Amino acid sequence: MSTEAHDPFSHSPMAQFEIHRIVPMHVGGLDVSFTNSSLMMVITLGLITLFFMIGTRRASLVPGRWQSLTEISYEFVAGMMRDTVGAAGQKFFPFVFTLFMFILFLNMLGMVPYSFTVTSHIIVTFALAAVVFVGVTVLGFITHGVGYLKLFVPHGVPVALLPLIVVIEVISYLSRPISLSVRLFANMMAGHTMLKVFGGFIVMLGFLGGWLPLAFSVAFVGLEVLVAFLQAYVFAVLTCIYLNDALHLH
Amino acid sequence: MEAEAAALLGKYIGAGLAAIALAGAGVGIGHIFGNYLAGALRNPAAAQQQFPNLLLGFALAEATGLFGLVVALILLFVV
Repeated sequence: MSTEAHDPFSHSPMAQFEIHRIVPMHVGGLDVSFTNSSLMMVITLGLITLFFMIGTRRASLVPGRWQSLTEISYEFVAGMMRDTVGAAGQKFFPFVFTLFMFILFLNMLGMVPYSFTVTSHIIVTFALAAVVFVGVTVLGFITHGVGYLKLFVPHGVPVALLPLIVVIEVISYLSRPISLSVRLFANMMAGHTMLKVFGGFIVMLGFLGGWLPLAFSVAFVGLEVLVAFLQAYVFAVLTCIYLNDALHLH
Repeated sequence: MEAEAAALLGKYIGAGLAAIALAGAGVGIGHIFGNYLAGALRNPAAAQQQFPNLLLGFALAEATGLFGLVVALILLFVV
């Protein structure tokens, strides 16, 4: 959280995750500065809006290239929701779709060299996961009332085992936001750190020795792009599974 | 000064121990892809339908190993 000049060519693999203020702002005792993280989020929102505006501007029955892209992304998430939640979950489609596109674009923009990966900060992913967790819990109690607590009592378990099982189920339920947020954050941070460390090794090997490692590094960038997509997908799928629990109780 | 050196030693040993968690991720990912391949060769018609589940399993298995890596990185750079 330093205010000093940011050096993108620094050798520390952690320097890329530094947050620095662009427009310092303080409201009361709170630091609400416009940071590079906020800037990336605004850019992401702009890009997503642009993506769908261009895609749906001249919507036709036979889609063009842009329109196909938007339809593929829509159909991808809609199909995933049909498989995991079923018809009852369709009214939550906008939420899951927004979540998926937001995380996907943040992860993908983070892959651009010298940009900033917003999802590599646990506070961002934890806020997203907490919204999902609180929303799903409230939804479960609205749909089933106190009966939602039956979620912690699986069917067909011997009565003697129930005290143990219920405790385990409650702990696993409460650890959902932690595992959901840490999974996304850990993947993004570990991946970007790894790329930076390997990049440092290549520079050390120099102009003559570095060609083969460079090829491997390029392959790792490909892997990271896959991971960036997969983590957005996993986040959305797990949100759907939690929604399914809240709506159908196992 | 002695205590500081001991703390530094503990930090690095701890980070190394935490990184062992990634071995589990390697085993898990290998298991998932191996079993998927075995299943897909027996019944290629059903393979395409299970591809999303493969990716989901891959991501979940990788994440559990990365929890350990995060502990190692926190030890190295934050503590």
